[in-house]
Amino acid sequence: MEALWLSLKLATCVAAILLSLGMPLAYWLSQTQWHGKFLLESVVALPLVLPPTVLGFYLLAAMGANGPLGKLWMAWFGHTLAFTFLGLVFASAIYSLPFAVQPLVAVFESVDSRLLDAAAVLGAGSWRTFREIILPLSMRGVVTAVVLSFAHTLGEFGVVLMVGGNIPGVTRTVSIDIYDRVQSLDYSAANRLAIALALISFAVLSTIYAVNRRVWSPWPLGSNGRVRGE
Amino acid sequence: MDGCAVSDLSCSQTENVALMARLKFARTARGHAAFAVEVNFQIAPGITILFGPSGAGKSTLLDCVAGLLKPREGRITLGEKVLQDSATGIFLPPKERHLAYLFQSPALFPHMTVEENTGFGLAHSPAAERKATVQQLLEAFRVSHLAHRKGNEISGGEAQRVALARALAPAPRAVLLDEPLRGLDAELKSSLVDDLRAWNRANQLPILYVTHQRDEVDALGERAIAIDGGRIVSEGIPHAVLDAPRTKRLARAAGFENHLKAVVQELREADGVMRARLDGSQTELELPLGYAAVGDHVNVAIRAGDIMLAAQKPAGLSARNILAGIVESVEARGATVACCVNAGAMFRVHLTPGAVRALEITAGTRVWLVIKTHSCRLVDD
Repeated sequence: MEALWLSLKLATCVAAILLSLGMPLAYWLSQTQWHGKFLLESVVALPLVLPPTVLGFYLLAAMGANGPLGKLWMAWFGHTLAFTFLGLVFASAIYSLPFAVQPLVAVFESVDSRLLDAAAVLGAGSWRTFREIILPLSMRGVVTAVVLSFAHTLGEFGVVLMVGGNIPGVTRTVSIDIYDRVQSLDYSAANRLAIALALISFAVLSTIYAVNRRVWSPWPLGSNGRVRGE
Repeated sequence: MDGCAVSDLSCSQTENVALMARLKFARTARGHAAFAVEVNFQIAPGITILFGPSGAGKSTLLDCVAGLLKPREGRITLGEKVLQDSATGIFLPPKERHLAYLFQSPALFPHMTVEENTGFGLAHSPAAERKATVQQLLEAFRVSHLAHRKGNEISGGEAQRVALARALAPAPRAVLLDEPLRGLDAELKSSLVDDLRAWNRANQLPILYVTHQRDEVDALGERAIAIDGGRIVSEGIPHAVLDAPRTKRLARAAGFENHLKAVVQELREADGVMRARLDGSQTELELPLGYAAVGDHVNVAIRAGDIMLAAQKPAGLSARNILAGIVESVEARGATVACCVNAGAMFRVHLTPGAVRALEITAGTRVWLVIKTHSCRLVDD
């Protein structure tokens, strides 16, 4: 159960980080006229197509004692970033980035640009427009982004294996634990963990679909936070 | 109302609060297709209509004045205040221009109530003052009963009234309206404009009103500017602007149903007329003298309502063009009957149902078309 708890902690941290970093990035991507935007979009989407082992390998190389990030970390904190919980959070955040950024970009772009024009003409700056117009009209996308990055982190295996090692209580997440138990022929324990993970993932995903279909809404904005003509 | 007290506005008559713009650009920042606009205009207090066919660049022009688009070259001033001057690098962002801008769609914030929408531009006013202003504007535009409804819960006509109240709430210095009556029925249209006029009697702001509908030009404006292909083609009192379109597209928008091509045969400068033969026929028309030489091709626009029909060949008329023709089709459209008459070329003629009955006009009837020389307008392609 320690592994399950660790996985939930990791997923929560990653979802929180991606929400706070993904939101400004997605907002910038949705508003920018920059011609090189496609390059950044490709970089953000890269984890979707790369095998986790490839991404994990590069992250490990970067975070290890000889990697640029690892050296920096070593200089500040006196130990490597790889094989620590924070290293795992960092790697997982990179790996789940598209799952947070893409729904946010999509929902920010779906806000009628005339609403933003109206706000600007009425004297609102970009921060006020974001806070009072874009964000309230994008709550469904925000929920999707948080839940997807949480669920995706919960279920990841390859990247964790590459950069986390397998340290109980520090980097041994539930998916690694299941793998270990199967390797050691402890099928009943693997089964219990697998069922727990499957149920949690199902609960999380049905939350997004319920919110998006507006079967029920976690907050009152859900029913009105809709762009006209959507 | 920064820097301009209300008393200033009421005693100074017109000039110092005029909106002036001189704009030139080829492409907009939003990546629309290449598009050239070059205009220079001045809008005095009161309603000025900006009239032109769809795609003439009207909305783009308003976006530039509002600062939502940045024209490459231009100088826009509002009274003493410079909104943009490309020569000195001044470009005020929309939020510092103090303009009201009403789009084709109301663009109400759907998650806010009507009251919150209307107060959005008053973020810096004290709460009590904001509430009073909102209340007063919602009453002026007759939507105070909707104050607590959400922006996406009211009808299109109501939404446009709320949008107008919202735009006017922060005490703008000029008003831009982009086909604000699109999709509203005639009754709603006239009451909305009456309310706007009533509001502007006290405020005396320049109002630039964009439309491609000729009935709005005649009904609403004190002055009109016609724009086509990104350029101003004429300006003056609305009736004159509608009556003398300079381009074919503008003529269509102004309600000229007949567009004929002709070749100039003879110039009679002493009479101020010329004769031209319609393409593909032997029919000749007497036209007002234009910038054309014998042999030139000209475009002639004639309103369907300016052509008379006679059952017998009329005599003793001042009208110079009397053409024999055969009625090809008759189609009733409410209070007008649209006839197509073949007189060498095809002419569209609008009659009243009574006239059609009196002359017993049906398809196949032989008629004479009577067209005054000055009902024929020469237009550019």
